[in-house]
Parts: sequence; structure tokens; C-alpha cells
Amino acid sequence: MSATPVVEADKVAKAPNGARVGAGWRKRISDFAHAHRSWTIVISMAIGAVLLYFWSAFPPFSFVQSQNTWISGFVNAGVFILLALGLNIVVGFAGLLDLGYAAFFAFGAYLYAFGASPFSHQHLPFLLLLVGGAVVAAVFGIALGAPTLRLRGDYLAIVTLGFGEIVPIVFLNAEKYTQGTNGIGGVDRPNIFGFQFPGIDQTAYYVLMAIVVAIVLILVYRLLDSRIGRAWAAIREDELAAAANGINTVTTKLAAFALGATTAGFAGVLNASKLTIVDPTQFQFQVSFVVLAMIVLGGMGNPFGVAVGAFILYNIQSVLLKQLNATFENLHVPILQDIDFVKFQFLLFGIALVLMMMFRPEGLIPSQRRRRELHAADAESSEDLALVAPDAGEVSL
Amino acid sequence: MIPAIAVGMVIAYFFILTFVLGLNPQTADHAPQIAIQQVANALSIGAIYALIALGYTMVYGIIELINFAHGDVFMMGAFLAVLFAGVGAGSIPGLLHLSGPVENPILLIIYMAATLAVVMPLTGILNLTIERVFYRPFRGGSRLAPLITAVGVSFILQNVALVLFGSGDRNAPQIFPLSWRIDLLGASVPVLNIVILIIALALMFVLQTFVRRTRLGRAMRATALDQQASKLMGVDVNQTIALTFAIGGALAGAAGTVWGYNFGFVRQDLGFNAGLKSFTSAVLGGIGNITGAVLGGFVIGFIENFAASLGLTRWAEFSVFVALTLVLVFRPAGILGQQVGERA
Repeated sequence: MSATPVVEADKVAKAPNGARVGAGWRKRISDFAHAHRSWTIVISMAIGAVLLYFWSAFPPFSFVQSQNTWISGFVNAGVFILLALGLNIVVGFAGLLDLGYAAFFAFGAYLYAFGASPFSHQHLPFLLLLVGGAVVAAVFGIALGAPTLRLRGDYLAIVTLGFGEIVPIVFLNAEKYTQGTNGIGGVDRPNIFGFQFPGIDQTAYYVLMAIVVAIVLILVYRLLDSRIGRAWAAIREDELAAAANGINTVTTKLAAFALGATTAGFAGVLNASKLTIVDPTQFQFQVSFVVLAMIVLGGMGNPFGVAVGAFILYNIQSVLLKQLNATFENLHVPILQDIDFVKFQFLLFGIALVLMMMFRPEGLIPSQRRRRELHAADAESSEDLALVAPDAGEVSL
Repeated sequence: MIPAIAVGMVIAYFFILTFVLGLNPQTADHAPQIAIQQVANALSIGAIYALIALGYTMVYGIIELINFAHGDVFMMGAFLAVLFAGVGAGSIPGLLHLSGPVENPILLIIYMAATLAVVMPLTGILNLTIERVFYRPFRGGSRLAPLITAVGVSFILQNVALVLFGSGDRNAPQIFPLSWRIDLLGASVPVLNIVILIIALALMFVLQTFVRRTRLGRAMRATALDQQASKLMGVDVNQTIALTFAIGGALAGAAGTVWGYNFGFVRQDLGFNAGLKSFTSAVLGGIGNITGAVLGGFVIGFIENFAASLGLTRWAEFSVFVALTLVLVFRPAGILGQQVGERA
């Protein structure tokens, strides 16, 4: 924060050069990653997924819980990665604060429950519903965004907050169609081209989730550099200037909103098909908040950072905190053994979120561009900002 | 002009309600009496929303920030009232240990005044501290960062309350005897409803006078109009903003106190819903507009009460949200506000 802008510009410019003078294999990898980013994502996701799958059977993972529990947890984490990637489009790319993101998650989940459960007497194909859930979520996203996106951003925050609060209430109250608090149980497990997903062994879900996350990551990165991605950045940085340059701000923001909702729809369908039960408590404000904390922690605007942030935070929430409880209780550590870390989790998230916003708003794995924007107040002069051109790799000083 | 609108609104709501209740054979016989009781209910809950909405609207008017934590300051106020007057909450014991109605009017007034005198400064300080610690560092920077921080602060307050007081309903002392009722055109109306309305209106009157007539009030209006220019004119902008937060917090504390009298319970997630509805009130009335926030609060009270009167209590929140969306679609500036959309 205290570094002078010129030094920062230097750093940015040198980073890619530094990589190029490295060892031969490193150069080749980085060249490949620059030239074929989509393939890089596919390959690294594949390697990461396989590694994680087998490693979870060995120490240190095996000390904590069984491999199947880990895999199941990773699938749940995948749901949150999808949610975080989707919310990142809205908050990170377009700079709109959506506080009711869980509502779109709910639409995906309930669509799947309506389409494939004994309750509705329907058993439609999984892939159809996966797309359907995304479409329904997007339609609601547009329906909600259309009246509010014309207004200034703050209103969006409050309307989405209200929307996120109302949607679970509607699902709760419409008992005739949703079975209220009991939720819709016994939802079908996925069946893809004749392959029926088993209930206990979570490997199939894991593979499916890895594929979906990889696809969404590729799409999100491509969006980021596309015409619309640049339009989002322009709106985020200065809406008036963007409009003056011929960007239709309303449709562009609406697109961000709809695409964000789409991803939540995917996540909803996948989550419903894994848990095989859908009930209103799964979509409360806490979900929206945790996803927001994930993208803030990971690095708003940087899909990779956001995905990593979501994965880590989910595992902290579902494994680490419980583990801390058990450990301190077993070891009889004074004071610490009496603290229920699971009960404190949301307090910890809130504190983490606020501290991040105050001291490192760009997140732990920032996107270069976002970092410069968020520290624009420190830099003050626009001249300094001009030095740091958007495509840092191309700058030669 | 404004009082006339308000009275007109109340009368209009009374006739609408009487008409609707008259359609239902079960309530047709006593439709006007039930309507009067419901109007009194709506006015007291509306007054609570209006008190909270004032904090939202003043803060938004002066620094254009939605203080998401404001609803939770209200919740904290409600808990503080319980801690001061009641038997306590969670593991924290109460101070005065009152648990039931206080029948002696003089003692009752002393207790109520003392509770307000303790709670209001405390919530004022709480809100002021929030501003100083969490919002001031962002001043002049990006807009998204303080907004996200505000959500985080709201979440922190809610969970602090969860840790301190536990989840679920905590008893708030209903020190005002609910058996005190007066006869109003054949309907028996709780005196408490009227007292809440009077407390709220009195506070609003004091606020209005303060903002319109005093030097500090003028500084507040100037800062809301143009921070740079007010600074040049010698206004201490930081102090003025802090004052705005303190006043908003104090009003939320008053709202929390009377909430406990009216409903007899307090819960850690109270602030979320009440905050949402109060913000809706502020938007409805025209954000940044003090009179508008009050009118908006009463309108939200009516809407919610109307849904409840029709036996649709569970849909009350839904109807408030629909109202918010409709206002934003058709009149984003609110009932009394200026064109907000263009001020961006």
C-alpha cells in the first residue's frame, strides 16, 4: 500500500520477463499457458483432480477422514467453486454487488427437484435439467435485473438482498408445490447416457464436477477477455465514461447478471442431484454471504483466485473447524477446548471479510487490474495509473 | 402539507381495510372496529420502521452508503434494552430484572425514560464506532469496498449477538401493561400502540427541528449537498458524518427498545428483516429525505399489516419486497425524493 506507483509499475512490468529468463521447462510451460489457456485449464484441472483423488487416501488427508468423505467434500466444494465463479462475474467483472445470489442457486436446485423426483412424478434426463436449471436461473436473473440495473449500483445490492431473502420464503410457503420445510426428498441421482450415479461411491460426482468446473473456468476466462468482458471492466471502472464510449450499460450489466445466475443454476442442479434433497434452508442468506467472502478472499475479478478461495474456504468451513474442535477437546487444551469453532464460523467469516476489504481488497490471489483499481485511491494521480497499462505483460520500461 | 398527507393515508387505509374486512363474512360484523385496531397496530410497527429508516436515509443522504449494519444496530438496541431493564439474555444477567408489566404509571415512565436514556446513547456510540473504524478508511475510494464491508459488519454484529445471547427468541420485558386499553370509536386499542407512536413522533420532531434549526443541522444538510464545498465553508465534514451516524444509531436504539415492549421477544437475526423493511421504507419515501423515510415507514407498516389482516402473515415480507421492486420500477426517486438515478 505504501509503495510508490512507479515502483509498482516496475514490478508489474518485470514479472513476466522474470519468468522468461527462468529454466527451459518453466519457459516452455509459461509459453504454452500464454498461448493455449483453455488447454492449460483442462490439463491442470485433470492433473489436480487426479492428484487430489488419490492423495486423499494417504497422509495427511487420511488422518482426518476417509477417502470417500474427502471426495464427497470436494464435490461440495465444487458446488461452491461454481457459485463463486458465477458471483465473480457479477461482482468481480462487472462491479455489481449481488447479495441474493443463493436465490439463483435455489432455482437450479428446485428445477431439478421438480424435473426428477418421485414427488413430481417426473424423471427427465439429467443433462436436460442441468441446462434447464441454468436457463431458469438466468431468466429470473434478467427479470430481477431489468428493473433495478437502470438505477445506481447500491439499489441492486438491496434489491438482491431482498430477493435472496424472499425466494426461500416463497419456496417455504408454497407448500403445495415444494413440501415447505420438509423439502423435496428422494431426488433422482444423475443418469448420464445410461450411466447411473451410485449413492455411496462419490467418484462419479467428482469426475462430473471436475468437468463442469473446468468448462465453466474456460468459459469465464474467455468471457473476461472478450468484448463483453472489457465492457464490464469499463463499466466497473467508470460507468459514465463507458456509456460515453458507446457501451450499452444496461444490457451489459444485465448480461453479467444473467451469466452469473446461469452458473448458480448449474451449481443448484448439481447440488440437488448430489444431496438428493432440496429444502429452503439450503439457500439462506448465509450461502450468499459465504460465497461473497470466498470471492473477496480469493481475489475479486480473478477466476483462478476465486476458485482457489472457494475451495480453501469450503474446506476450512466443513473440515478444519470441526477438526479444531475435536483436536482441542481431545488434547484438553484449556480455554480453546470450550470454544465451539463451528458456532463461530460465520463470525470468523465476517471478520475475515471486513479485514480483507480494509487491508487487502484485491484478495489473496489478485487480478492485476483489480488491484490497481482498488488502490487507485492511494495512487491518486491518474498519470501514475496510465503508466500501468492494462496488459501488463506488454509493457516494456 | 405532509401531516395532511399522513392523516389522509391513515384514513384511506382505514376505509380500505374496513371494506376488505367487510367482504369476509367472519369479520363483516365488526369490520370498522377490527380495522381501527389494525390501523393502530400498523401505526406502531410503522413507527418502528420509520425510526430505523431515518438512520438509513440520513447516512445515505450524507455519504451515499447503504449502512447494512444499521438493522443490526437496531437489534443490538433491542438486546441492550433487555439487558438493562429485563432479566438478561444468554448468559448475561439483566440489570433491573423487570419481567412483567409495571402498573404504577410514574414508575413506568421512569423505567421507560431510563431505558431509552441508556440504550440510545449506547447504540449511537456503536454506530459511530462502526463508522469510525470500518467506513471512514474508505472515504473517497471505490464504492464497492465500503458496501461489502458494511455487509461484513452486519454479519459480524449478528454473529456477535448469536455468540453472546444464543439463537432463538429471548424474552423482552413487556413493562408496559398490555391490559391498558382505551376505547376508540367502539374498538378497544392498546395504549402501548399510541405510546409507541407518540415516542416515535416526538423523536422525529426533535430530529426535524435539529436538522432545520441548529448550526450542526445546517452542517449536515450542507455536507449532504456537497462535501467539498462544505469543507471550504469551514464545516468539519468528518465530525458531521460521525454525528449523523450517532443520531441514526440512537434512533435505531429507541426503535429496538419499543420493539421489545410491543413484541415481547428479541432475536439475533431481528435486524436483518427489520433492516430490509426499513431500507425499503427509506427508498419508498425518497432516500435522503427525512420526512419521506417517516412516511415510507408507515406505508410499509400498512402494507405488512394489510397482508396480515387478510390472513396472509407468511406473505407479509413478500408483499413488502414486491412494493420495493414496484417503487424502483415506477418511481425510483420515491414519494418525496429527487431524481436519484441522475445523481449518480
